[in-house]
Amino acid sequence: MLELIVISSLNGILFGMLLFLMASGLTVIFSMLGVLNFAHASFYMLGAFFGFQISRWVGFWPALVLAPLLAGLIGIAVERYGLRHVHKNGHVAELLFTFGLAFAIEEVVQIIWGKSPVDFRVPAVLDFPAFTIFSTNYPAFKMFMLLVSVVIFLSLLLVLKKTRVGLIVQAALTHPHMVAHLGHNVGRIFMLVFGVGTALAAVAGVIAGPALVTQSNMAALLGPILFVVVVVGGLGSLPGAFIASLMIGLLQTFAVSINTSPASLFGPLDPAWATTWLSDIWNVTVAQVAPVLPYLLLVLVLIFRPMGLLGTRET
Amino acid sequence: MRDITTRIAPPLPTTAEKLKFYGMWVGLALFLLVLPKIFASGGALTTFCLIGISIIFALSYNILLGQTGMLSFGHAVYYGLGGFLAIHAINYFGGHKWPIPLPLVPVIGGATGLFFSALIGWVMTQRSGTAFAMISLGLAELIASSALILRSFFGGEAGVSANRTKMFRVFELSFGPQIQIYYLVAAWTLIAIIAMYALTRTPLGRMCNAVRDNPERVQFVGYDPHVVRYLAFCFAGMFAGIAGSLAAINFEIANSAYLGAVQSGTVLFAAYIGGIGFFIGPIVGAIFVTVLSIGLSDLTSVWQLYFGLFFIGVVMFTPGGLTGLMMMHRPLWRAGMLTKMLPSYLLAGVPTFAFLTGIMLAIETTVHYTAHPNEDPNIRAFGIPFNATSPLTWSAAVLLIVVGFILARITWRRVAHTWDETLTAARAKVHPL
Amino acid sequence: MTNAIELRGVEKTFGVTKVIQNINLKIAQGERHALIGPNGAGKSTTFNLISGYMRPTTGSILLRGEEIAGLRPFQINRRGLSRSFQVTNVFANMSVWENLRCAVLWATGQRYAFWKNIDNLPEVRERTAQILEYIHLADRRDMPAGLLTYAEQRALEIGITVAGGADVILLDEPTAGMSHAETERAVELIRRLTEGRTLLIVEHDMSVVFGLADKISVLVYGQIIASGTPEEIRGNAKVKEAYLGEEAA
Repeated sequence: MLELIVISSLNGILFGMLLFLMASGLTVIFSMLGVLNFAHASFYMLGAFFGFQISRWVGFWPALVLAPLLAGLIGIAVERYGLRHVHKNGHVAELLFTFGLAFAIEEVVQIIWGKSPVDFRVPAVLDFPAFTIFSTNYPAFKMFMLLVSVVIFLSLLLVLKKTRVGLIVQAALTHPHMVAHLGHNVGRIFMLVFGVGTALAAVAGVIAGPALVTQSNMAALLGPILFVVVVVGGLGSLPGAFIASLMIGLLQTFAVSINTSPASLFGPLDPAWATTWLSDIWNVTVAQVAPVLPYLLLVLVLIFRPMGLLGTRET
Repeated sequence: MRDITTRIAPPLPTTAEKLKFYGMWVGLALFLLVLPKIFASGGALTTFCLIGISIIFALSYNILLGQTGMLSFGHAVYYGLGGFLAIHAINYFGGHKWPIPLPLVPVIGGATGLFFSALIGWVMTQRSGTAFAMISLGLAELIASSALILRSFFGGEAGVSANRTKMFRVFELSFGPQIQIYYLVAAWTLIAIIAMYALTRTPLGRMCNAVRDNPERVQFVGYDPHVVRYLAFCFAGMFAGIAGSLAAINFEIANSAYLGAVQSGTVLFAAYIGGIGFFIGPIVGAIFVTVLSIGLSDLTSVWQLYFGLFFIGVVMFTPGGLTGLMMMHRPLWRAGMLTKMLPSYLLAGVPTFAFLTGIMLAIETTVHYTAHPNEDPNIRAFGIPFNATSPLTWSAAVLLIVVGFILARITWRRVAHTWDETLTAARAKVHPL
Repeated sequence: MTNAIELRGVEKTFGVTKVIQNINLKIAQGERHALIGPNGAGKSTTFNLISGYMRPTTGSILLRGEEIAGLRPFQINRRGLSRSFQVTNVFANMSVWENLRCAVLWATGQRYAFWKNIDNLPEVRERTAQILEYIHLADRRDMPAGLLTYAEQRALEIGITVAGGADVILLDEPTAGMSHAETERAVELIRRLTEGRTLLIVEHDMSVVFGLADKISVLVYGQIIASGTPEEIRGNAKVKEAYLGEEAA
């Protein structure tokens, strides 16, 4: 039991930090540009596939740097030549543009790498158990993932608190209407923010790729959870996104490891009910419900705190 | 008082205009009636059924997006639930010999859509804008994932099937042959179009537009924007349920794909490509997208990529959709000056076409290398044969893209210039100062 | 006779800043009351509090003796109080006719009706036409509101505000940014449209204020420093010092 709690907590924090790597970029982009980047998870996927391809050619370590750079450059191009053009048609058009982009990126990835998972392996240097708790070996690569996300988290904090761009971003988070008054280089800042945000998502992709499954549907699987994170945390709130990321990370990881169902707690259902819909609910385990939990959390938060945990903004 | 009204209010329609208006609907009904006489093949009938279902679904979607300004990524939920309830109803009524004929099953679909949107909608419509869009996505995922858990109702991966011919029969209609299904779908499509058109011309319909334009001000003319959004959401859910039940009748099966993200995305594409600013926009879009998805899949293996790129193109260059594009030309057409635009359109069209051809060539060549690298390099796309490994093909693609892009930019600027001039001239001609 | 509007000890704080400090204000039925004061004095905030756009931190707001503090804007509107906005706030993509008609719908009892043909409601038609005539925009009837000139949009803004027939009207700087001639027309329009109703108006143009108002209140730093007839205000030393003085200098 204790073993399960320790391992699940570690995995949950890890998943939560990965989510936050993406949610932070998404939140900052939303606060500054006013558009929720529907394709954000697609950049995470691009990161994973670029990472896979580059590590085949030159190894994992260069890939860890090059893949996010490449994805960030694509992000910059998307902002400069796409989003900026669509901006005058309003927020709905911007959101739909990124929606179309997400659709197109998935198709392109399918064309290039196919529909089935690619063989993206953990680099040999990190392919050993970091430590053993009770009887479970905890892989070193997962510790490495945790390390990378914590380092990025801390450097983001530093950038936000200590640099000029960081101050501008902070100002944008609290006073979104002031962004328009930034002056001449507002376009450059937008481009930069979009580039960095997408690159961060790609970092998450490169480090998650070998541990999870690198497949063309990974963006479609993760995207909705990512949006749940930013809505639950409160649109435009970085601390909110952080709390929500960890909450959902832990919630899902713990749920997956619990194999309890009403049937295992209260015994089998009366045979008279055995073929009805009730038996579906009776026999379902918590682990099977895990994918649904983030969305249930969303509904609960909406009922009790419609603005999200730390949200203050209407749209 | 009366005097002011008659002088200032928009004139009430004359008898002739009323006749024309009702005549249009009668004309549409007659058109639907004779359509299978003109295109009688089984394939055509199936296509017509798909188009009809898609029209109802896209119009219901536009109650949200176009009329009330709510961008939903989960509209298929109500379509799918309507479909599942319809399938269960067919099985149950057929099995228990209830005297309910098949044409009434969409009523159950509509009631289902209404019930669930009324249940879920109140929480969802508290928020508008981006938050609503994200919430609609989250709830759609919730219901789509739950559908896989509740296997006895949703039938798991395989879905639930039914036999529509087992139902109570009136006038000896078995609803086995596709032609009978066609008339069933056509009748419901006509009813739904009329109902949704009528809805836009009611006090609620107008307040939906007001909420879309300025929800803040709506509060200060006595309306609660949340209630307006909620009611719009309920209507949208009801018509989506009708569309879903027609799909279930047509295919005699409902599965989890009915309420999934792809279905939600498709209806969004259809409505937006057609044009959300006009009532007929989603109708145009539904026809276009249905025909395109059937037609393109025969021509190329990566039709969905073209579809996505086309959608991005619409969002970027013609946010009014196809209908918006047509309506833009109405003032020119009225002034009889449409022909003035033709030369510059032709001039811009040639390099644009070259550019697009180059992109398609590049895509198809890439597809050959990544998807079937060991097969015969002499491939066909859009019915045109070419050699994917030949450097000639690559250089042609690059040349077409680069030169086409540069020339298209220049010529489209000229189009914009000519457009401004012609439009000014056309306005002056119609309303001389 | 109960007052049309009464504010008792109303305060509003944003974070640590007290924007409105203990306002007490009585406006009698049928009175034309102007609220003046330098920029940032809290005039618009006062409007926002009365119309329900914001909730007062403490204090009570009475509309004809009934407490309305904390009610939602549409609830207050339904009780017969309507406001305009300083920045034009119309339904930009809808025609002038549709704009006014939307403002008439609730007052004529249409509510959320989805079973009535909107073109077939004689009362709605008549009232909309009447307002359209009053604001002199009959020849712009079918034009989208977003394409009107600035002065026309301001007129439409006032039209939307009064269309519902509310008997307490709040106008927030209705003549801001208008030329002299436009201002004169706007004042005439306001005078006519608010005949027999209670009016609370925020205005910077002193000729408008003194020409229109029966009573004037002066708001400085979130407090009302004087309240009275135009003559009393003109003679008030505190007001001269705090506000009118700068204009004279």
